[in-house]
Amino acid sequence: MTRPRTLYEKIWDAHVVEQRPDGTCLIFIDRHLVHEVTSPQAFAGLRASGRTVRRPDLTLAVPDHNLPTTARLDAAGNRLPIADPESAAQLAALEKNAPEYGIRYIDAVAPEQGIVHVVGPEQGFSLPGTTIVCGDSHTACHGGIGALAFGIGTSEVEHVLATQTLLLQPARTMEVRVEGEVGPGVTAKDIILHITGVIGAAGGTGHVIEYTGSAIRALSVEGRLTVSNMAIEGGARAGLIAPDDVTFEYLEGRPYAPKGADWEAAVAYWKSLATDPGAAYDKTVVIDAADIAPSVTWGTSPEDVVPITGVVPAPGSFADPSKQTAAAKSLAYMGLEPGTRMQDVPIENIFIGSCTNSRIEDLRAAAAVIKGRHKADNVKWAIVVPGSGLVKAQAEAEGLDRIFTDAGLEWREPGCSACLAMNPDKVPAGERCASTSNRNFVGRQGPGARTHLVSPAMAAAAAVTGKLTDVRELLA
Amino acid sequence: MTPLDKVEGRAIPFGLKNVDTDVIIPAHWLKTTTREGMGRGAFEAIRKDPDNLFDSAEYKGAPILIAGDNFGCGSSREHAAWALGDLGIRVVIAPSYSDIFSGNAVKNGILPVVLPQTAIDRLMEVAATDPVFVDLEHQTVTTQFQDRFTFEIDPFRKMCLLEGLDEISLTEKSDAAIGAYEQKLDADRPWMRPAA
Repeated sequence: MTRPRTLYEKIWDAHVVEQRPDGTCLIFIDRHLVHEVTSPQAFAGLRASGRTVRRPDLTLAVPDHNLPTTARLDAAGNRLPIADPESAAQLAALEKNAPEYGIRYIDAVAPEQGIVHVVGPEQGFSLPGTTIVCGDSHTACHGGIGALAFGIGTSEVEHVLATQTLLLQPARTMEVRVEGEVGPGVTAKDIILHITGVIGAAGGTGHVIEYTGSAIRALSVEGRLTVSNMAIEGGARAGLIAPDDVTFEYLEGRPYAPKGADWEAAVAYWKSLATDPGAAYDKTVVIDAADIAPSVTWGTSPEDVVPITGVVPAPGSFADPSKQTAAAKSLAYMGLEPGTRMQDVPIENIFIGSCTNSRIEDLRAAAAVIKGRHKADNVKWAIVVPGSGLVKAQAEAEGLDRIFTDAGLEWREPGCSACLAMNPDKVPAGERCASTSNRNFVGRQGPGARTHLVSPAMAAAAAVTGKLTDVRELLA
Repeated sequence: MTPLDKVEGRAIPFGLKNVDTDVIIPAHWLKTTTREGMGRGAFEAIRKDPDNLFDSAEYKGAPILIAGDNFGCGSSREHAAWALGDLGIRVVIAPSYSDIFSGNAVKNGILPVVLPQTAIDRLMEVAATDPVFVDLEHQTVTTQFQDRFTFEIDPFRKMCLLEGLDEISLTEKSDAAIGAYEQKLDADRPWMRPAA
């Protein structure tokens, strides 16, 4: 009889090519996603050393990070140039490198183009039980379909291109179990914000987090991708959710997913991956779903989470002296006073998008709140950025784009947009943004920008009222 | 990669916790196709303050950085390691690091030393006026005041740093094992190849 194993251990064991005497393992990588920002130096490295890409068939490239989200084609259907010369050069590098090394490439104006972490699952390129890497920390996202997926640096991108493997130490395992049913207005984003608040920004360091429990199982694939996406915000390089019928139904028929008899064999294998009864995690955190409210961040670390009904905390309320210092710095940066009700915080900018929250379900949730309403006058800039061209087309078929534009929000082309301030979509210094993205770091959305992380429904509510708002009041 | 064994010099008593890679190097510095020159963008927001530590006469070019918990959290951008390296930093000392950052650091010849907060507090004190000595071979951090802290490091990472090893060359020695794995994967789970 074999020892009971966790989902993580099963995937890890199935990918060990070789174990070194010091314990480091050579791990096979099934899928490599490549984008324009973290790959140019890796391709340059290959070129300098005369190496090739070992498995171009397992590699998929798509630009997303610094592509502007404004129109990409003129009226005649010709590509519009990218104004920023550095962004244009990075895009040109990817457009040259991908075909030169025989890598599948979804170009900037293809209907399938989008954020790499939206495109992977949507195309069925990301599959349960696979190892997936990308030069982007939100690769953790693909754990939502049960893939062991994690972000890597550019040296590792080059290593995977050249060898289709990585040298890794096994991680410790952490279970975050969310039991029960969430209340109305509480979404996958609120679940992961709440979890991050509970475990802290370093709570999962050195671990892979498996999200379990009835509240996780009840989520759609889109919701699971949102939860796993932010595993990294809790310090874990990867998140995992056991693949089940919900996952299989989502993946069946997608372009790169197995077909016919292969599909049956794949599903049988994926079903065997769930954590065995009696398998031990190194750490377990249990959360009652009923405790989770629509949530919002007040500071500059994703662990700085309060319920929307809460107030800005006083630095002195934290036990840890270094957290007291950090909280005081955060409040100064955010321009917030302790004791202020979160619902009294005015908002000038709204960003609905990013690899965390730009899938069709996210856009539907935001549209449901905003339908028949209009953005508040003090909201100067409000953009909705679908995660991919296919999400955009689906939303337009459902009339969601009209709901947003009728309400005074802008409807954009797919990309990373205002998540990270490396394309023209930025939040001005000193202004606040209710953002569905994943990071509220200092300067993340632009120098001096003040980010409040929220769900799509909560961002839509803030757009309507011009301040942070409990979406439940608008849903009533 | 430049091998690393002993590093001595001034240590920047930075000390903050949860320092993310957006703080170490903001995203607009990532719009480049080379690894060079990142030091100019390192800690950009902090260095707008003319009295910042990094540009002070005392700490400019210091080879050691002392930080708080969870250093390098957030984005996987290796540009953070390139930026530190370009500033002249060869060693970071902190109670903990994000997993991705510490890996990126080692691949760029930067040693991430893990020490408990009490040791960090003491080194912050020393760093205010005096140099700090780091010895990777013996896994120690010492000062001229008889302080001696030992640290743990993964033996593989230690070897890579001491020898300035190129991991790709090392992995290429396992070419046959990778090929055998690929063959077995195709036989056992042929559906793992992308369908289209």
